[in-house]
Amino acid sequence: MSTWTVRRAALTGHALFWPIVALVALVVANTIYRPGFLAVEMKDGHLYGSLVDILRLSAPLILVALGMTLVIATGGIDLSVGSMCAISGAVACLYISKQPDQNAVGGVLVSLVLGVGLALVLGAWNGALVAVIGIQPIIATLILMVAGRGLAQLITEGQIITINSDPYKAIGVGHLLTLPLSIFIAAAVTLLIMLVTRRTALGLIIESVGGNAEASRLAGIRSGRIMFLIYVISAGCAAIAGFMITANVSSADGNAAGQWIELDAILAVVIGGTSLAGGRFSLGGTILGALLIQTLTTTVYAMNISPQTSLLFKAIVVIIVCLIQAPAFRARIAPRRPAGPAAPAVADQPKEQVPA
Amino acid sequence: MSGRQPVLTMTAISKSFPGVRALDGVDFRMFPGEVHALMGENGAGKSTLIKVLTGVYSNDSGTIELAGAEVSFSGPMQAATHGVSTVYQEVNLCANLSVAENIFIGREPRTFGAIRWGEMRRRARDLLARLDIHIDVTQLLGTYSLAVQQMVAIARAIDIRARVLILDEPTSSLDAGEVEQLFRIMRQLRDEGIAILFVTHFLDQVYGMADRITVLRNGRLVGEYPTAELPQLALVEKMIGKDLDVLEGLDEQPKRELAAIEASTPFLRAEQLGRKGSVAPFTMTIHAGEVVGLAGLLGSGRTEVARLLFGADRADHGGVLINGKPSPLRNPVTAIGHDIAFCSENRRTEGLVGELTVRENIILAMQAARGWLRPIPRRRQDELVEKYISALSIRPANPEMPVRNLSGGNQQKVLLARWLITEPRLLILDEPTRGIDVGAKAEIQKLVVQLSDGGMAVLFISAELEEVLRLSHKIAVMRDRQLVTELANDDTVDAVRVMQTIASGTHHEGPNA
Repeated sequence: MSTWTVRRAALTGHALFWPIVALVALVVANTIYRPGFLAVEMKDGHLYGSLVDILRLSAPLILVALGMTLVIATGGIDLSVGSMCAISGAVACLYISKQPDQNAVGGVLVSLVLGVGLALVLGAWNGALVAVIGIQPIIATLILMVAGRGLAQLITEGQIITINSDPYKAIGVGHLLTLPLSIFIAAAVTLLIMLVTRRTALGLIIESVGGNAEASRLAGIRSGRIMFLIYVISAGCAAIAGFMITANVSSADGNAAGQWIELDAILAVVIGGTSLAGGRFSLGGTILGALLIQTLTTTVYAMNISPQTSLLFKAIVVIIVCLIQAPAFRARIAPRRPAGPAAPAVADQPKEQVPA
Repeated sequence: MSGRQPVLTMTAISKSFPGVRALDGVDFRMFPGEVHALMGENGAGKSTLIKVLTGVYSNDSGTIELAGAEVSFSGPMQAATHGVSTVYQEVNLCANLSVAENIFIGREPRTFGAIRWGEMRRRARDLLARLDIHIDVTQLLGTYSLAVQQMVAIARAIDIRARVLILDEPTSSLDAGEVEQLFRIMRQLRDEGIAILFVTHFLDQVYGMADRITVLRNGRLVGEYPTAELPQLALVEKMIGKDLDVLEGLDEQPKRELAAIEASTPFLRAEQLGRKGSVAPFTMTIHAGEVVGLAGLLGSGRTEVARLLFGADRADHGGVLINGKPSPLRNPVTAIGHDIAFCSENRRTEGLVGELTVRENIILAMQAARGWLRPIPRRRQDELVEKYISALSIRPANPEMPVRNLSGGNQQKVLLARWLITEPRLLILDEPTRGIDVGAKAEIQKLVVQLSDGGMAVLFISAELEEVLRLSHKIAVMRDRQLVTELANDDTVDAVRVMQTIASGTHHEGPNA
């Protein structure tokens, strides 16, 4: 009994317990509403089904949210990622549209290099504003959030650039080994970021800077360089997401591409258990958060909830997840549980300021 | 003072916080037209007493009488309307508002809710003119010097018909000329009959300004004395809380040999190193294998010296020689590159990263020096961490526990371990034994001796004189942000002599005399 209690406490206390519960609950609700929800079928050598769709559609959000996780872990925030998606997509589509043969793989590769390259430069701009000049991240990245849309419009000359390029389209809707290509791209980037943060000391340094900037400085960490790097990585992630978003519809819309994705990304990070105050981060949690958000979006469509109320529905689910995750909220509702097994009696005591 | 009625009488004030009795039956009184210094070391209860007086805290017991009537304020605003105004150490005005707005914020002259700007500006000008300050009151406060901002804060305080004016460390960020300007205003206000409560760490200022002194120690009243009847040495004794007889009776600790060490080239020599508003230019040498103690009262500039030697603050005067070569210490990274390590006195805010584990905190400085691209192999990390957990007996001996869950003494050891694995040649320890239990304290003292015997240079900062005397080869004495003298810690040096130096600032024979 007691070991069971301990295990249960360890399980429910785990940062990702409630997001997983919410995700499972959503899947169950969908399955009850639409028994075919879990079905996956093979057509023309490709797998199809709601679950596959969710994975495919969540790929851009996962990419953006991964970069956002690192930014938030340093105690910052990057509002410009949505605009960054639009810019990189616009540059790539513009280049392809000027090619005589839009299906040439070489041309598409050059377009990707151009798109990522511009995003990295803009990421360096963000990084310089935050790390060198010392502007608060929310303000520094707000500049490109707003101005970036204008830049995207400038690139597309206010039009929606439509392309007809199969190689580029494949980024969004292509398949590899029966699964959508975008899933593999997201997985590869995830793996890369995990390796870079956890196999080098970058993850530790980020967490140290986010956890206590002054102590990190006095331990000899050049936090400016790290922050600069992180904003560049975030922009790079957003650029790849921008390719996916534009490839999905084979067109670049400077206004609509990646709109509000920064907010979904921040939400995914928070649901994933990374504190907005910085410090410890969880890439796995962020991916879970992104999947939860996408599942929610899919659910809203599948249940025919009217578009007018879908945002409200989404908001309610998110509020519930965030509340359940919040230790303060859980502490308040915990005593009301009937015959609850000895809850951790020592609630976090507020640190007393002993006055001098 | 007989025959005059005190304007303020606080009787048997007690106040407890969880685990701490901050004030224990303290009596305090003030007469009109006097400057009254409230003295005590860190944690003596000065701030708590002021906060009880101004209603920030409610007292657990005791009474407060203002001009004969018992009062109990709900907060500083209400206290101010009754004539008890406070000017805090950190100017708590809004730099982005105008001078006039700052003076009248929250009580602007109004007609039907609309602010009468003209009247506000005129009254602000008159008020400042009364203090002989002539500035443009429509300018943003932030455009003026800290001294002027302090005056504006005082102007704001006295405009509310103050009877008691509390100045909590008003001079800590002012230079000598600005201090004089402030004193002129304090004298003027005193002569107008206002009772001024003056909190400062600068002994000269106390003796220059205060008519009377009340000393607190560990939340208790030590006594109230006319300044003229309390020599500086006696004041220091009362603040630190040890009678000279007791100190003289202490067992003589074996003194540490200096001659052999001093013969070599110093590892570090600071020449006229200083920073405006922080610490006056000082000269100091530290040799390999030498422990230099830094003694002085709280706020005397001990920590500031340490920060300059680590590059945590940038010096704007003088320079540093390392092994005889000029080596500017621009930031911690350059200092660490010269094998200098610094354990801050603020373990939680400037030392450890609370949510990271013991292991991660220990390897942090070493990892930072290697750069993030060259991670320390996990096996090497575990070896190092295990070695220092057992060498320093860090408890619990769990490298994967978040460091914030450790006790203060063990946190201090983690911080020490962080620097020891980098094998520094100069270790700066700022109050390494404060707030930790006796056992851990002895272990850290023993460690300092071992390290210096092994050839490490140590700068040891502590408020506890005995500790400094026991460990140091020589002792640098700080007073009022100046290094007043350096004493070789030989048989002629004891707590009395150091205390006299702290109290009087007299230059004894020494390298700097």
